[in-house]
Amino acid sequence: MRLAFTIQRYHPELDAAPHDETYRLDVARGMTVLDALIRIKNEQDGRLTFRYSCRSAICGSCSMTINGGEKLACRTSVRREWERHGGLIVGPLRHLPVLKDLSVDMGSFWGKVRAIEPWLRDSGRQAAGGALAAGASRFHNVDACIMCGACVAACTVHEVDKGFLGPAALAKAYRFVADARESGPARTSRLAALQGPTGMWDCTRCNFCVEVCPKDVQPMEAIIRLRREAIESGHTGTGGARHVVGFRDLIARFGRLNEALMPLKVIGWSLRKFLRVLPLGVRMLLKGKVPSPLHSSMDGPERVRALLERRR
Amino acid sequence: MKYALYPGCAAKGATPELFQSTMAVIGRLGIEVTELTASSCCGAGVVGEADPDGALALSARTFAQAERLGLDIMTICGTCQGVMGGANRKLKSDPALLQRVNRLLAPERLAYRGTVQVKHLLWIVVREVGLEKLADEVQVTLGDLKIAPFYGCYILRPSGDLGFDDPEHPDSLDKVIRAVGAEPVDYGGKIKCCGFPIILEKEDIALAMNGANLKEAKDGGADAMVTPCPLCHMSLDIYQERAGKKIGANLNLPVLHLPQMLGLAMGVPAGELGLQRHLVSVDPFLEKVEERHVERHKEKGQV
Repeated sequence: MRLAFTIQRYHPELDAAPHDETYRLDVARGMTVLDALIRIKNEQDGRLTFRYSCRSAICGSCSMTINGGEKLACRTSVRREWERHGGLIVGPLRHLPVLKDLSVDMGSFWGKVRAIEPWLRDSGRQAAGGALAAGASRFHNVDACIMCGACVAACTVHEVDKGFLGPAALAKAYRFVADARESGPARTSRLAALQGPTGMWDCTRCNFCVEVCPKDVQPMEAIIRLRREAIESGHTGTGGARHVVGFRDLIARFGRLNEALMPLKVIGWSLRKFLRVLPLGVRMLLKGKVPSPLHSSMDGPERVRALLERRR
Repeated sequence: MKYALYPGCAAKGATPELFQSTMAVIGRLGIEVTELTASSCCGAGVVGEADPDGALALSARTFAQAERLGLDIMTICGTCQGVMGGANRKLKSDPALLQRVNRLLAPERLAYRGTVQVKHLLWIVVREVGLEKLADEVQVTLGDLKIAPFYGCYILRPSGDLGFDDPEHPDSLDKVIRAVGAEPVDYGGKIKCCGFPIILEKEDIALAMNGANLKEAKDGGADAMVTPCPLCHMSLDIYQERAGKKIGANLNLPVLHLPQMLGLAMGVPAGELGLQRHLVSVDPFLEKVEERHVERHKEKGQV
C-alpha cells in the first residue's frame, strides 16, 4: 500500500516558519512510523532530521506528534494510524523549541527533572532488602518513565505556562517522596519546595499526560498522591490545598458542592482575593446562579456526612 | 429508554439552566428518567485527592441507588461521567475494593453489586436515541450556523476508562451538531482543558487556557460553542470576559449546554432552556436562529 506522509519541516537558520512536506512511501506490513521515517530519510530526503536510538520503546528518543497525539514513533503502527485517522501527519513535540524538523530542544525538560533533585537525599535509613522493600510498589510505576517528554508536550498547563514543572518531573518527585529510605526532613523539604507557583498545585487534572504516556506511568495520579502527601504533612495553606480540604468539608456538610461557599473556602481571609471574586459572584447572583449557602439540594445530606465521617 | 438521572452538583447549583433544559428536551427524544434525588456529589476528582476510598464510596452509593431501581445511570455532566465511569471500572474489576467500599455503605443498608452502567446524555443521544431520530425532531434548522464543540477533559480521558470517543479525534458532539443542522467548527482546542479545576486559586493560568480555546473557536468562525460539561460551561461563560481581557481579545461567544442546543433545534422556547441565565448573552445567537426560522417559513410560503 502506498501512503502519503505529511511531515513538518523546519530549519530555524533557513526557514521563516515551519512548513509541511509530503512524502509517498510503499508501506509494508508491520511497519512503524519510525521505520517509515528512516526509509524516507534514506531514500527520499537525507536532510530530514529526527532522533531515535533503541527502536524498541526503551530510550524515549523518538517521541513526536503523530496525528495530533504524542507518541513514540517506534511503537506506532503505520497501518493502525491510517485506519484510525485516515492519514499520517507527523510533527515535533509541541510547546518545546524546535531544533530542526522533528527534533526539539529537551533542555527545559531535563532542567525541570534536575530541579526536583531526582536522587536520594540524606538517606540515613537503610531499608532491609533495599529499594524494593522500601516501597517500590508505592512508587506507582514512576520508575517506568523513559523521559520521552510526551506528557510535557501534551500538558495543557505547560502550553500556557512554560515554567510549570510538568507531569514527568512532578511524578519523579513523588517517587522520592514515597521512598522510605529518605529521611523525614529531606521529605519535608521536598514537599515544601513544590508548594509554590509552577509546582504541584498548577495541574488541572486534564488527564492528557495519562492518555499519552507510552509506559502507563499515569503522571497525574502521581501528582494527586503528591498532593495527598502534602496535605497529610500539614501543607494546607496553599489555594490548591484549601480547595481540596474545603471541597471535602462542603461535601461532608451538604452532600453536594455548594458553589456559594466554595470560593470562600479557597480564598480564606484574603480581602484582595475576596474583592477579586466578588464582582463575578454578584453577576451570578443576579442571574440566579448562586445556590443558597444554607440548604442542600439533595435529600438526606446527613447520610453523606456520616459516610465521610466514618472515613476520618 | 429509561434511566436513573444523576443530576450532580452544578445542575442543581450554579448552572440550574442545565437541569431545566435537560428536562425540557429528553421527553421529546424518548428518554424517561427517575431522578436520583438522594444522590450526592461524585467527588469531582477533588474528594479523591484527599480520600480515594471515600470518593469511591460516594460513587458506589449512587450506583447502589440506581441498582435498586433496576436502572442504568444517565449523567449530564462530563466531569461526573469521567469520575463515575472511572470509579465504576475500578469497582467492577476489583472485588476486594468493592467489598471494602461496600463496608462504608453498610450502615445505610446499601451495597453495590456492580451491575450498573453510567452513560452521559451525549452518548445516549448518539448511541441509543440515534442521530436520525434526533434529526427527525429538529424543527428549526440552524442552517449555516457554525457551532464549536468543546468536549471537556473528563468525557474523553483517560480513554481506557471511557471507551466512547477517540480521544485524539472525538466526533460524537460534532455529529450531534451536524444532526441538528448546524456546522461544527474544527479546532485544536476542542479536546483541551477549560482550566476550571484551578480557576479559583490559579486564575491567570486558567484564563490563559480558557481564552485560547474560546479565541480559536471564534477565529474558526463559531457563532456559538456547545459543551456537555457544566464545569467547562462555568469557565467558558462566567469567566469569558476576564479571559478575553487576559489574552487581549474580544471573545463574546455564547456558550450553550448540550441540551440547550438540542432544545433550540427542536423548537423549545428559549425561556424553557434557561438561556437568560448565562453571563455571556445568547441573544445574538438567538437572533441568527430566528432569522433562519423566518427564512425557512418564507421558503415554505408561510409568512
